[in-house]
Amino acid sequence: MALDSSKTTGFKYVGTRPDRPDGLDKVTGRAKFGADAYAPGMLHAAIKRSPHAHARIVKIDTSKAEAMEGVKAVVTRADFATGIEGEFGNILENVMAGEKALYDGHAVAAVAATSALIARDAVKAIEVEYEILPHVTDVDAAMQAGAPVIREGAADSSVPEGLHPNIVRYYESGHGDVEAGFAEADLVIEDHFLTEATHQGYIEPHACLGTLGTDGKGELWCCTQGHWYVQKVCAALLDVETSQLRVTASEIGGGFGGKTTVFIEPVALALSRKANRPVKLVMTRAEVFKASGPTSSTSMDVRIGMKKDGTITAAQGTFRLQGGAFPGAPCEMTAMCAFAPYDLKHVHQVGYDVMTNRPKQAAYRAPGSPMAAFAVESVIDELCNKLGLDPIDTRLKNASREGTRASFGPKWPRIGLVETLEAAKAHPHYSAPLKPGQGRGISCGFWFNHGGETAVSLALSEDGSAQVAVGTPDIGGSRASMALMAAEVLGIPYEDIRVTIADTATLGYNEISHGSRVTYASGLATIKAAEDAVQKLCARAAAKWGIPEDAVYWEDGYAKPSGPNAGEFEPLHIGDITATMGATGGPICGHFEATPEGAGVSFATHIVDAEVDPETGKTSVVRYTVVQDAGKAVHPTYVEGQFQGGAAQGIGWALNEEYIYGEDGRLQNAGFLDYRIPVASDLPMIDTVIVEVPNPGHPFGVRGVGETSICPPLAAIANAVSAAAGVRMRQLPMRPSRILEALESAVDG
Amino acid sequence: MKYYKPATFEEAVALAAGADGVTRILAGGTDVLVQLRSDIVTPDTLIDIKAIPGTHDITRTGAGGWRLGVAVTGAEMSEHAELVRDWPGVVEAMDLIGSTQVQGRATPVGNLCNASPAADSVPAMIAAGAVATVTGPDGSREVAVEEIPVSPGKTSLAKGEMITALTLPPRGENGGDAYLRFIPRTEMDIAVVGCGVNLRVKGDVITEAHMVLGAVAPTAVVVHAAADALVGRTLDDDALQALADLAEASCNPIDDKRGTIKFRTHTAGVLARRAAQIAYTRAKGDQA
Amino acid sequence: MSKTHVTTKVNGDEVEFLCDPRETLLDVLRDRLNLTGAKEGCGTGDCGACSVTVDGRLVCSCLMLGVEAEGKEIGTVEGIATGEELHPLQRKFIEYAALQCGICTPGILVATKALLERTPDPTEEQVRYWLAGNLCRCTGYDKIIRAVMDTAAEMREAS
Repeated sequence: MALDSSKTTGFKYVGTRPDRPDGLDKVTGRAKFGADAYAPGMLHAAIKRSPHAHARIVKIDTSKAEAMEGVKAVVTRADFATGIEGEFGNILENVMAGEKALYDGHAVAAVAATSALIARDAVKAIEVEYEILPHVTDVDAAMQAGAPVIREGAADSSVPEGLHPNIVRYYESGHGDVEAGFAEADLVIEDHFLTEATHQGYIEPHACLGTLGTDGKGELWCCTQGHWYVQKVCAALLDVETSQLRVTASEIGGGFGGKTTVFIEPVALALSRKANRPVKLVMTRAEVFKASGPTSSTSMDVRIGMKKDGTITAAQGTFRLQGGAFPGAPCEMTAMCAFAPYDLKHVHQVGYDVMTNRPKQAAYRAPGSPMAAFAVESVIDELCNKLGLDPIDTRLKNASREGTRASFGPKWPRIGLVETLEAAKAHPHYSAPLKPGQGRGISCGFWFNHGGETAVSLALSEDGSAQVAVGTPDIGGSRASMALMAAEVLGIPYEDIRVTIADTATLGYNEISHGSRVTYASGLATIKAAEDAVQKLCARAAAKWGIPEDAVYWEDGYAKPSGPNAGEFEPLHIGDITATMGATGGPICGHFEATPEGAGVSFATHIVDAEVDPETGKTSVVRYTVVQDAGKAVHPTYVEGQFQGGAAQGIGWALNEEYIYGEDGRLQNAGFLDYRIPVASDLPMIDTVIVEVPNPGHPFGVRGVGETSICPPLAAIANAVSAAAGVRMRQLPMRPSRILEALESAVDG
Repeated sequence: MKYYKPATFEEAVALAAGADGVTRILAGGTDVLVQLRSDIVTPDTLIDIKAIPGTHDITRTGAGGWRLGVAVTGAEMSEHAELVRDWPGVVEAMDLIGSTQVQGRATPVGNLCNASPAADSVPAMIAAGAVATVTGPDGSREVAVEEIPVSPGKTSLAKGEMITALTLPPRGENGGDAYLRFIPRTEMDIAVVGCGVNLRVKGDVITEAHMVLGAVAPTAVVVHAAADALVGRTLDDDALQALADLAEASCNPIDDKRGTIKFRTHTAGVLARRAAQIAYTRAKGDQA
Repeated sequence: MSKTHVTTKVNGDEVEFLCDPRETLLDVLRDRLNLTGAKEGCGTGDCGACSVTVDGRLVCSCLMLGVEAEGKEIGTVEGIATGEELHPLQRKFIEYAALQCGICTPGILVATKALLERTPDPTEEQVRYWLAGNLCRCTGYDKIIRAVMDTAAEMREAS
């Protein structure tokens, strides 16, 4: 009989708010992040990058760099594996350009030298001859006939014939008959929306320390959301066996999806192999902006029909996403998330993945979803305004619920959208009076969440304490939530559990920390590993008592006989069992390896008050409330932190953050000076309400919480700003000049 | 890059005059180090003037004005109660630059010599009538602050010359100054538009007026006509409108990543009105 | 290559090092003195992750040269705790979960310690503006501000 500790109430540890296990390291400066590793004999590396948006590489002359004192290795594309296709081929092409530089900042060569200054000087001494090609950085322009072709033959079979070769993937789904639905509506609104690319903006630049020998054995230390993936990609790009490359994840200084792939790690390893010394490679902030993975920019058309009573009769959307010079923009995510909050009889959505001369996009917190919500929730807001309807009541009227059909096909299991809407409606914020010049906006948002390959190992020590090895880097307090879940099952204090992020040599494959999967999947695996250990503990007690294993149960850290029939025995504490485990059968460990597939989807509703200065167009967010379904909040403080962090990033995206390309195709704001993320004085306190509608796919009901929090803000803020300014804002960011222009054309119009 | 830390300005001037290639003076370093790190300017010679006696001092001049040493930081200015009382606009303008951390290092002299069109302290200093002491191989001269920057990144200083002090004039009776800038965030941005106003009043009537705009032309724009528009009047709605119109008419901005020509021009008018009102209130407050 | 000899004090301890004049104080702290608490988030003074104090004044160590440290007293995150006793800010940051990834935390602790030393009773607005140069991308600042305000209150009571 398998032990099952599933429950959704009656927790002793889960739901409490203890200090995080790595707190001391992180407030004293001793936590080791990507750039904090050093090795004897270590070299420093730097990368030569293309200044052109699109150019054929005619010649690379590295001789002057190689001749410099202190330079130990120079690599170009010739130093990497050949014949790699598919996604890894794209990654290689992105990591080090082959025949063409595809965007401003694309790597073309790299140097390792005895100091960082020498490496930087040597990069300047590399001479690259380019033949400049026409470029395109705008998504709509890239789709038009005559647009420069980024790469021929990059499209997959999903793309209908006759489209521009820059359109590389196509997605379409829906049900019903949207035209019939629109005919039933009292009001149909169709609008065009634009959003600009944004960056995850993690404060820690990509950094790694790599050692690779000519024997094919390597060690890599790097800041990543997924070191097994790094191991797999690097091994392929350097043509070594995966198992021969051990990857250790450093503490990670923010990722938000941007550290789910590989940019510099293979370069450090190639340099190390060539120099036969450890090589450290750290991106500058400018390199992070130019050559890591920002999110897609979008061009979207959304059309929604509504009856006077608020019933949505039909919805249709077209979502065009550019993802840089490679396939991969999450167009299907955008299309699938767009109408997910609503129970629709007639719905149709289309997505285009479009290539441009920009860096290869990477995931950014619910990739693709926030933009969709911006377009859809703006149109719903406008419909509510025009029909005189309450925005929350209208959303409640149309809300997806358990058993209704999702806009992208399946039937919804138990979901918590209605609960978030009801909690938002009941929140004092929703009915608080507004001052002149202020407007209120609300929006819903949706994200799938993910499970994925997961392996966890738990070992008990002689003193009855436990060490848990997980394979998902701790991005925001997950050691604490793992320890809480293990404590709940083992029945021992939270403090008695040490959670370690294991390296790739220690556990089986762990998928990247993405898809809000850590607390769900590593949490589930931790619970299962702890249950596995508990079963073994019970077996030892049974053996000692001479009774069957199933006559023993586990409670609060003790093995107990299951009833009078089992016999009269003093309960055995975990420490009593582990103290003698060497003599009673050997070490006691639990483990779990699987691909959990029950990640519960998550919905949120946000309320925002914004104030607009009509003379300058400057917006201030004056009040913000996040309401989100967490399934079960394992460590509520860190759940609140995820809610607040997503809202803050959304505020930046909505108001001021954007990639600005010049006519020359070069990025003009590759730094925190002009890529304007919110600073402390820009934001109000961010209120949070944790709704708990348990996820049946997790033993304790957990749903991922990390990503959904960024889905509603763009729309909620746009709705608030539109209300405050009295004019509908359909383009992000809503920078002051854009608001003034909208005000002006509203007056003129 | 060679680094020098001279003990006197004579020594510093001799170093600068004799140096080949690119020479930079290091005071707070908040521009010099950014340019170094970003590979925009790597000086051959870097002269750190902070060890020179007096460069950290804020002193009252004999005439009743203020003399600022060239290493005086924004933070030191903000903490100087008497300086703040006399020239709140100048101090606020300096204080708007960068973060608390930047304030701990950045100097108004550095802001001036960096010659950015968007330098915050410069319009305020010009409106206040600040003067720079320029010292070179041929001795020292006094130069109005507005004559130092000549184009983006370029100053009127000759080889071997450097600023050795700034002087703010005596505040005098019934005066008040103010500086406002527009940025998209609340902090940490470069000015999209800046506006410094310095007024003197008698009763409610303006007797002296200076207005200077930043980030709307290659160098700060001194709106000389502001005096004609304001002197002899109270700061009523008509005066404010006239001032805003003047500000807009004086703009010669560019479109760039930080703002459009249209936005800069419009916002210059808005800031002119708002800054003038603050300066006016301050000037009248002196009488009370 | 000509390097400059520098003598300075870091967290009360005298240290000596040789450095290239182009190296920043941050480079020196990290690469020569093994003090990796200060982080390079931008290298241009925009993020505050490298915050240290120099003679008590809060600065970005990426905006100061190593050679400028001669004769100064530098304070870094590694010097905030006293022996085994954490500074109240450090305790409160853990208690309030005022950090998620923790990369900005050293800079924010150094910055807020400097704030509370000169302004023991700050308003929320003062804390927010003082910290405007310390970017945090994880928290939305909410829990950081609360931790600082509560630390200030606790320190006032204790004094």
